[in-house]
This record gives sequence, structure tokens and C-alpha cells, in this order.
Amino acid sequence: MAELYTVSDLHLSLPDMTRKPLLGAAPRLEILKGLSFTIPSGEILGIVGGSGSGKSTLGRALIRLLEPTAGSISFAGLDITHLPESRLRPLRCRFQMIFQDPMSSLNPRQQVAQIIAGPLGVQGLDHSPARIADALDQVGLPRSFAQRYPHELSGGQRQRIGIARAIALKPEFILADEIVSGLDVSSQAQILNLLAGLVKDLGMTLAFISHDLSVIRRLCTRVLVLQHGRIVENAATEQVFNYPQAEYTRELLGSIPLPDPDQAWL
Amino acid sequence: MGDGRIQVRRSAGARLWLSAGWLLFVTLIAIFAPWAAPKDPLAQDLFSGRLPPFWVQGADKTFILGTDSLGRDVLSRIIFGARIALAVALIAGTLTCLIGATLGLLAGFLRGWVDVVISRLIDIWMAFPPVLFSVLLIAVLGPGLFSIILAIVVIDWTRFARVIRAEAMGQGAMDYVAAAQVAGRSRLGTMLVEILPNVLPTIVVLLTLEMGIAVIVEAILSFVNLSISTDDPTWGGMIAEGRTSVHQAWWVLVFPLVTLFLTVLAFSQLGEGLKDRFDPVLR
Amino acid sequence: MSFLSIRNLSVQLKGGQRLLRSVSLDVQPGEVRGLVGESGAGKSMIGKAILGTLPQAVEVVSGEIWLDGVDLLTLPPRPRRRRIGALAALIPQDPLTALNPSRRVGPQITGRLIDILGWKRPEAEARARELLAEVQIDVVERVLRCYPHELSGGMRQRILIASAFAAEPKLIIADEPTTALDVTVQKQILRLIAGMQAHHNTALLFVTHDLGVVSKVCQTLTVLYGGLVVEEATVRGFFNAPQHAYSRALLAATPKYTDPDASLLPVPDAVVQALEAQVAAADRAWHG
Repeated sequence: MAELYTVSDLHLSLPDMTRKPLLGAAPRLEILKGLSFTIPSGEILGIVGGSGSGKSTLGRALIRLLEPTAGSISFAGLDITHLPESRLRPLRCRFQMIFQDPMSSLNPRQQVAQIIAGPLGVQGLDHSPARIADALDQVGLPRSFAQRYPHELSGGQRQRIGIARAIALKPEFILADEIVSGLDVSSQAQILNLLAGLVKDLGMTLAFISHDLSVIRRLCTRVLVLQHGRIVENAATEQVFNYPQAEYTRELLGSIPLPDPDQAWL
Repeated sequence: MGDGRIQVRRSAGARLWLSAGWLLFVTLIAIFAPWAAPKDPLAQDLFSGRLPPFWVQGADKTFILGTDSLGRDVLSRIIFGARIALAVALIAGTLTCLIGATLGLLAGFLRGWVDVVISRLIDIWMAFPPVLFSVLLIAVLGPGLFSIILAIVVIDWTRFARVIRAEAMGQGAMDYVAAAQVAGRSRLGTMLVEILPNVLPTIVVLLTLEMGIAVIVEAILSFVNLSISTDDPTWGGMIAEGRTSVHQAWWVLVFPLVTLFLTVLAFSQLGEGLKDRFDPVLR
Repeated sequence: MSFLSIRNLSVQLKGGQRLLRSVSLDVQPGEVRGLVGESGAGKSMIGKAILGTLPQAVEVVSGEIWLDGVDLLTLPPRPRRRRIGALAALIPQDPLTALNPSRRVGPQITGRLIDILGWKRPEAEARARELLAEVQIDVVERVLRCYPHELSGGMRQRILIASAFAAEPKLIIADEPTTALDVTVQKQILRLIAGMQAHHNTALLFVTHDLGVVSKVCQTLTVLYGGLVVEEATVRGFFNAPQHAYSRALLAATPKYTDPDASLLPVPDAVVQALEAQVAAADRAWHG
């Protein structure tokens, strides 16, 4: 398997606006502290960690919503670490993202058809009504939804629109950032099954950010455990769950309440 | 979901129709003033000065709302005054909105140095006392319709810029903007396609409020005799005149005041009504 | 009689859709009951109805809420608020918005005791210190002088727990108290709530969507769908042999990391349709 992503010694810091002095620049808050890993194409990589572990920041750096401070990210052999937005734009259809909150990630003033057609149009691809209908079929929504507004949909349906928007571009890589954390278990199961099926059918590579290890185990082939901006464990899923190496991984595993009254837990 | 929302919509509808109806009425009257007005608004007749409105003892029935101290017909003056009030509202409101909203949108969405420059400009601008500023401006330019409009635009664009900047900033933090970036949409495209439709309801509300404010400002400037020439009928000028003789002839003061009040109220209610009606999220 | 007894409680959007459809449930003194269901099931509405904090647009249409032998819904507003304040408390979902950002933590804990229950200030302050120690905060004096934004989410939730237990209530309603927290912090907080509950022998109504959490914290549970009670069971009975098809479906849809190969099954359409039919039937009975 070829490596789709090669990340080496990735550092990223953001200005800490809460500590900004009255005059002068805000101090930098170091969020990612030297990460190195690869994502082979076709892999489903789970990225886990607590809040403040930097997992979302890492995700946003991978698709260059954020620019790294140091280190390098190469995507399909291209160094995209410091590419300016103008040069990223033609690449953007190759790596896409599904967002955590489907309410805020769908423009409330656009109908579903516009939401899905927007990125296709920007990238100069076919965005005819037939193409939109195809995209809705792929995520298992009725075609009549093209004329709806986001607030007229349920949480699970909104998340399907988010998925449809991303896969319509036929990207090689998709970043999914906590995409089921706001959903009920039933919609969660549907979305996970849908995503797993699509990734397999379309041969995409997926990075799946989640705090829920049960979901990660269900979906991912490899797991990256982050703590305070560092990688504490990076191994195949089986390995991580059966023989966790890092102390933090064991703590995470021990913190999950299984739906089973016999598990000694508290 | 049920009737609660329908109720909200119904009351919003009544508000919208009442305010729009009044403004339409005033606009039509203003456009067709030469035909709508029963008398010549400038014609003086010192023998029929301070005649009361038609229902009061001693009225001349042809002066429906009475006459002022120079014997000019109050109703006709109000009707011609509407021309100036509405012209100022429309032109000044729209210009203020265009300039303020554009700057606010740019500052709030692009952030960075653009925001720094525009925000500082707003801060400095707002430190000038607005009344003195406008009086000074008109003193330099000389009174007239053009000066009033310019004074309103120059003073009030900051109101739009500040509110729209905050709104654009809030919208800019939403994930749908990040989604547009992921899709490869340009910054300008994102601003126009994604952000603008979401701040449009706020712009509409501010615009109608601003039109109301413009009417008031014009009235105030007329009141202190800085508007257009004193002969031309303006609501503010009439109120100023009426004030001096309120004990002898209350109608000279009251009728233009009520018209002014209703018009300004209608503008603000129109904005709220439009927002409720055309917001797909509320709908 | 049960300490808390809800009889045929119906709640609706004013002039509109019903949110709770004739719900009955009981909580014994010292019992921990989980309220489980998906969004829209009405689980939070039950807690809000008990505490009298229903949103403006929502009203109780019928039913009784007996708290310690008195039907709250028959009391006039002031005595009702006083009774609720003396007997019940809330641990809210979002520890950030539940604390006033512009006041220090200390007065926020003592304020309730002083203003509502008429305690003396030194008494209340002593109690606040005692409680913070009980929720395992080491630097009590410093935390009391902090503003909420200076504290982590877990710390804030500890403060809210302390504040809930402050007046020794007989019933605590915990509304998704760990949903906003990291899993590792969630475990500490749940351990704390369970420990405090056992120590004070407080009845606890635990609203959550997480069946894993229910199986750890609760003794009994009530499953809701569309404002209807679907199943009532003991925790052990429920997880070993769920009675209702919907309960079984919920369990099947919950992923377990110990069982990665089990396919995740969304709630089957047939089950949802049967439940919707039940909801419709309840509404017909109500209107007809």
C-alpha cells in the first residue's frame, strides 16, 4: 500500500486569545507537539483522545484548514505543508471533510440541492439536478429532500447531507470529525454503517476522529491515540484494544462504561 | 410543530401589513402630492390664519386639518413634507446601508489588517459628537437636501458597520464557512454566497430602522432650521413652527408630529416584520 | 407511598403537540432510576416538569406529581417553588452555562442556601467548604474564589454536584450530567455522584441517552419513546432480558468495543412504526 499521507514532526501552535495582552501579539499555545505518522491509502485511521488532545487540530491540519508551524505534511507525494490557499484550491476536491455539528456546517439559508451542488460547481464538476439526485441516493435519502432546508431535517439526515456533500467530489481522502457524537444510537448506527459501506465501495481513505473507543473499534483498521498534542500510541486496532501499550490508552479503555451491569467499573 | 409558531407568524403578519400599508399610503401621497393636496402648501392667507381642524367650532371646512399662523393649509404641508421625508429616508438609508454594511462585512469576514483598519476608523468616527458633526457639516456645505443626506450617511454608516461586522464574525466562525473553504470556494465567493444571505435579515432590519432615523434626523435639522429653505414644507419645520403657537393652535404641532411618529414606527415595524417573514429558519 | 410519584403526566407545547403522553413513574427514597430514550423521547421534560422549570412554550395539561406526599401541581406557585427548593435539586448537563460567569464560585454555592433556605452566611460558607472537600476538591479556598472560566469542565461539574447536595435534598435530578465531559472525567464524576448518592441516601433520577452509564449507576430504569413509557425494569433485568422490542433494538444499536464484530443494527423500521402507532393511539385516546 502506498502512503497517502506522510506526516513528519508536525508542530502547530495557535495564538491564545484568552491571554492576549492589551498591546502586542497574543502568546502562542502549542497544540501539536511533533507528530509523525503515515496514512496508507485505503486505511481507516481512528484518531482518539480527550478534549485538548489536539485531535481536531490535527484533522484540520491534514486538510489544511490550519497551517502547521513546523514539520511537514505530504499528500499523495505533494508537500502541502505551506501551500497557499490559491494553490490548495485545485487540490481541495481530493481531500474532504465531514463536520461534527451538521447544523452549523450546513448553511441554514441554502436548500439541500445548493449545499451539495456548491462544492461541485466551485470545482467545475457536474452539478446538475441528476448528479444531486445521485448523491442523495448514495446516502439513502429520498430525492425530494433536494428542496428542503437543513432545519427541516433530523440530526441523522443532516449528517447524511454532510456525507453526500463530501463524497460527491469523489475525494481520495475524507476526514470525519466526531460525526456521530451528537446523534442518537440508532442514527449513529445508520451513519456508521453508511460510512463504512461508502468507504469500501468508493475505495476512499478515511481519518475518523472520535472520543468513543467503541465506535473506533467498530470502524477503524488502525488507531492513533493522542494526549496533550503527542502521539502516545499508534497501532493496528486489534493491537490497541487487546494489548494497549500506553498508560493513557489503558485509562481510556477503562473509562468506557459498557452496557453490561456485570462489568466491575465504578 | 404546532400552533405556537403559527401564532407568532400571525401577529408578525399583522405588524408587517399595517406598517407596509401606512408606508405605501404615505409614499403614494408623496408621489401624487400635487393632486392629493387640497391646497397650495405655500399659499399664505393672513386672514384665515390659525383656523382649527374641521370638526372644531369656527373651522373653515376646506382646511381639513386647519391652518398655521400664516394661513397655510396644514394637511397640504404635511403631504408635501412627506416628499422630503421619504426622499431623505430612501436615499440616505440606502447609501448608509451600502457603505456601512460593505465595510462591516469585509471587516468581520476577512479579519486581519482589513478589520484593524476598519475598526479603528469606526472607533475614531464614533468619538465625534454626532449632532455637532452634522451641524458643522451643514454649516460648511450650506443647507439643502443634499447636505442632509450626506450628513446622515457620514454619521450613521458606523451603526451598520459595527453590527454587520459582529454578525459576519459570528457567521464566519460557523462550520459551513469552513466547509466552503474545504470545497475550494474563494474568500470573496464565500463572503457573497455563504455569509451575505445569512446577514441579510439583519441588514434589512437595520436598513428600515435607518430609514426611520433618517426621517427623524431630517426633522431635527429642519427643527433647528438647518434643513432646506424655510418656505418648503418639512415635518420638522412645521413642528418647530407649531411649537411657538401650541397654546393658540395645537393642530399645527400635533398633526405633523403624529405623522412623523407613525412613519418612524412603521419603518421599524416593517423591518421586524420582514425579518420574521423571510427568514427560512424561523419559517 | 413512593417518595416521588408521577401519575399520568401529560405535557404539551402550548396549544400544540404533546411531549409527554400520560407518563407514570415512581422513585423510592434512595433509589437511582435511569430515564433513557433518544432525543425527543421527553426524558428531560420529566425532570423539568418536576422542578417546575418547563420552557415558556410548554405547559402541563394533566396529571399529578406527588413529591413526599404532596401533589406539586395543586400548590400555588410560591409554596410550590419553596417545596421543590427544599426537597429537590438539579445537576445540569452543561457545567459552563449553569454557573454565572461573572460571579465567583463560592457565593454561587452559598447563595442558594442563604437566599432560598434562609441560612446564616458563616453557616453556609462552612457547608460549602465541607461539600467541596466531599467532591474531592483539594484546594477548597482557592476554588471558592475562582470564577467559573478559570476551572476545567470536570471541576465545574464537581462544583455543581456539591451545590446540588448542599441543602441535603431528598431527590436529585441529574440531566445528562456527563455528556459534555471526556470519558476519563466522566468516570470520575459518575463515581462521585454514585458515592454521594449512597452516602446521603438521596433518590436520584438520572436522565441519559447512554445505556453504558445507566448500567453502571442506576438500579432501575424507565425507557421512553415519543413521550410514552416503553419499558420499566430493574437494570439487571433490563440488560439480561429486555422485554420490549424497542429496548432490544436500542441495545443492538449501541457499539461495544469488546464485541467489534457484532454488526450495529439501527432500530428496525417495524419497531419504529409500531411505536409511532402507539403514540398516535395515545393521542387519539386523548383527543377522543
